[in-house]
Amino acid sequence: MSTRAGRVALAIVPVGFIGYLFVYPVARILMMSVGEGFGDVLTSASTRSVVWFTLWQAAVSTLLTFVVAMPLTAVLSHFSFPGRSLIRAMVTVPFVLPTVVVGSAFVALGLSNSIWGILAAHVFFNVAVVVRTVGGVWSRLDRGVVEAARSLGASPLTAFVRTTLPILGPSIAAALSIVFLFTFTSFGVVLILGGLTYRTIEVQIYQEATTFLDLGAAGALAILQLVGVVGILWAYGRYQRTRSVGLELAAEARVLRPARSDTERAILWSVVFGTLGLLAAPLVVLVGRSFRGGLAGWEFLVDPGRLAITPGEAITNSLFFAVVGALIATVVGMAAASLISRGSTVVASSFDTVLMLPLGTSAVTIGFGFLVALDEPVDLRGSVLLVPLAHALVAVPFVVRATLPTLRAIRADLREAAAVLGASPRQVFRHVDLAIVARAAMVGAGFAAAVSLGEFGATSFIVRPNSVTIPTLIFRLLGRPGAVTFTGAMALSVILMLLTTALILSIDRLRAGELGEF
Amino acid sequence: MRTTALILAVGMLLAACGDTTDQGTTTTIEAAAPTSEPTTPTTVGTDLPETLTIISHDSFAGGVTEETFAAFTADTGIEVEVLPAGDAGSMTNQAILTKDNPVADVLFGVDDSFLSRALGEDIFEPYESSLLTDVPDRLELDPEFRVTPIDFGDVCINYDVAAYTDTVPPLNIEQLAQPEYASDLVVESPATSSPGLAFLFATIATFGEDGWQEYWTTLVDNGVNIVSDWDTAYYQEFSHWGGDDPLVVSYASSPPAEVIFADPPVDEAPTGVVDETCYRQIEFAGILSGSDHPDAAGLLIDFMLSPSFQELIPLTWFVFPANETVDLPQEFIDYTLVPASPISLDPALVEENRERWIEEWSELVLGS
Repeated sequence: MSTRAGRVALAIVPVGFIGYLFVYPVARILMMSVGEGFGDVLTSASTRSVVWFTLWQAAVSTLLTFVVAMPLTAVLSHFSFPGRSLIRAMVTVPFVLPTVVVGSAFVALGLSNSIWGILAAHVFFNVAVVVRTVGGVWSRLDRGVVEAARSLGASPLTAFVRTTLPILGPSIAAALSIVFLFTFTSFGVVLILGGLTYRTIEVQIYQEATTFLDLGAAGALAILQLVGVVGILWAYGRYQRTRSVGLELAAEARVLRPARSDTERAILWSVVFGTLGLLAAPLVVLVGRSFRGGLAGWEFLVDPGRLAITPGEAITNSLFFAVVGALIATVVGMAAASLISRGSTVVASSFDTVLMLPLGTSAVTIGFGFLVALDEPVDLRGSVLLVPLAHALVAVPFVVRATLPTLRAIRADLREAAAVLGASPRQVFRHVDLAIVARAAMVGAGFAAAVSLGEFGATSFIVRPNSVTIPTLIFRLLGRPGAVTFTGAMALSVILMLLTTALILSIDRLRAGELGEF
Repeated sequence: MRTTALILAVGMLLAACGDTTDQGTTTTIEAAAPTSEPTTPTTVGTDLPETLTIISHDSFAGGVTEETFAAFTADTGIEVEVLPAGDAGSMTNQAILTKDNPVADVLFGVDDSFLSRALGEDIFEPYESSLLTDVPDRLELDPEFRVTPIDFGDVCINYDVAAYTDTVPPLNIEQLAQPEYASDLVVESPATSSPGLAFLFATIATFGEDGWQEYWTTLVDNGVNIVSDWDTAYYQEFSHWGGDDPLVVSYASSPPAEVIFADPPVDEAPTGVVDETCYRQIEFAGILSGSDHPDAAGLLIDFMLSPSFQELIPLTWFVFPANETVDLPQEFIDYTLVPASPISLDPALVEENRERWIEEWSELVLGS
């Protein structure tokens, strides 16, 4: 097989995947829904106020997330201490929890109908992005440079600003653009805690599509949102590229050290407990409610009585979809990352951006797109396969982020050496790329599985076989009468939380020493 | 991912715990004389499909078990598959989007508030079931039989019995705005919740196009609490569940549900229904016009109107069966009121004004 043919083969998988499952369906539904009135929607006063709110709340949420996350990031990047990896994992759990679960916990904290509730929930969900993205670099940053600056007489602040910050800059910017992306497209949090007093573009799309059945308006807003998302991703791509260039990172074990003085210990533990306290409040509420009325909620999970789908089945389904979805996402994501790592800059980064788009595209748009587009050549719309495929769609970007830096770091001369020694392109891929990237791929797969466990987006908008997952069942339970079903929903949320924590913990084990972006 | 997580939650309440109450007397009287047998496939041809598919909202799909359609499968040899499609609005829009190549043979769960749109888009094949003779005429909203009423429920003000031992609960919608009920009421936003929307419709039906806004202004001045969904309203804000508000917009079937799900068991319902506040919601089934198996789909509609399906309805979906020959569970007779004259609005009027009403309400009440 020639190099060219090999590359084409490698390209078919991710391009076909994203093309058939995202670009084509979204294009179809947008073309169907955009018609007369397009301009009117975009220029109306209500759209203007929705756009303005979307932008400013995203900016403030991003800033607050940064303020809350940075002290913890700094502490995790300097000190080794018992429970460090557990804390890193715990911080990540909110990121993959379904919003409806957490949203109702924030309501219980008295934060409904308020902008503060929305902002607090956004911080809660996104602290992980900053901690992991920035911390991933900072905790492996050779301290030699800082020490050199100090020994030349720089104050700690000057040394930080002159040496550390420039190196961290791109990863900070990358983290902030991702947080901005997630809060810009925020849906569940805004709907639950904003009660429609506050509306993001995403909420407005949902409203137009499902309450008013006004597809024209929904389509116009979806395009507007897509434009914003492309802009954010473009900025992200820039920062994230500059980040991976020419950075020699040390092993975490060499960088981290125990806190030595009382002052250091005081800083360490007050930051850790302070941040965890903030993040844990809603989770504690959740756990507490699962025990309302004693163990009834937990017993309900074992013996749900008349419930059509038992929690046991939902857990089995979720695990099954997580495995299948993660497999699909890993194959597609690695092929994509491999392509991106070798392609010309413009093409590669555009493709990277397209792969990220599903993260910022309204779920109604994707779900309705599936419906109008996926009936040919095979009718996928009612197929069980559509569920893991949709999960994979949002998980692929995480696999790409996890594997791309490692792939980029593979030195070209290794590949050339293999080729000179007679390896075919396929053998080069297998024995060089694959061998080196295997661990990063496992991390990506783990993250994909975690995303799949909590996924409640496009799949909730499409007709699908009655294959209920944990998040779907939680929502169904919340809508049914009876106190037991309510505490049962809370207990099931706790199970989801524990599963996710376990998964993230094992990812972090694998990742030790790895170079991931997320 | 989580961005969209909520989506359902909101809509799901839509029909979620529907409910109902009503007609205790009718059912007991007529129960002795079933006028119809469960469908037997007298028209069985050789071309019956192996499977029929129903597209429905999540709350219906969530209640379907292997037993639900077992009698139908035994009679006809046809398996029934149910596809959940989000909330009622989402489901209706999905059916409209796929009308050229539908994903299902039958749609179930479109209610009177989306009925006009669905009929206007021409997605149904007319079918007149012989079992409609057992259904009260007032439930049959489409004279052309494109949709068949299957169940109905009422959205009503519920009160916490324990909170009104010295005083009395309100009697009607007008009284909710009076000072003695200041800060007593929690309602769901009509923009995000089906019962919330039903309550808005009830106020519009009561005070008319000219008066509802003024009513809501006094309600706001009286300290009404507005939340996004039924779950929050009922399980967090309602005083029976530990909140501060002894009055909540919920369902007529909520009191029986309180008894049925009580642990430990109780003898009396801890909540009650204010019957003059009840707004009627009817749910319909229809054969999708692109279906390859309209005849078999007709048999399925017959089955859904037959006693063997209809008697599952109260305890599974907490709404009332449309077929009035079916016995109600005792809890539904003992613990809920029969709305003497449920409030309703013309579906065509709803279709024409839904968006404007919600927007005006949002502006007036939420100030946005």
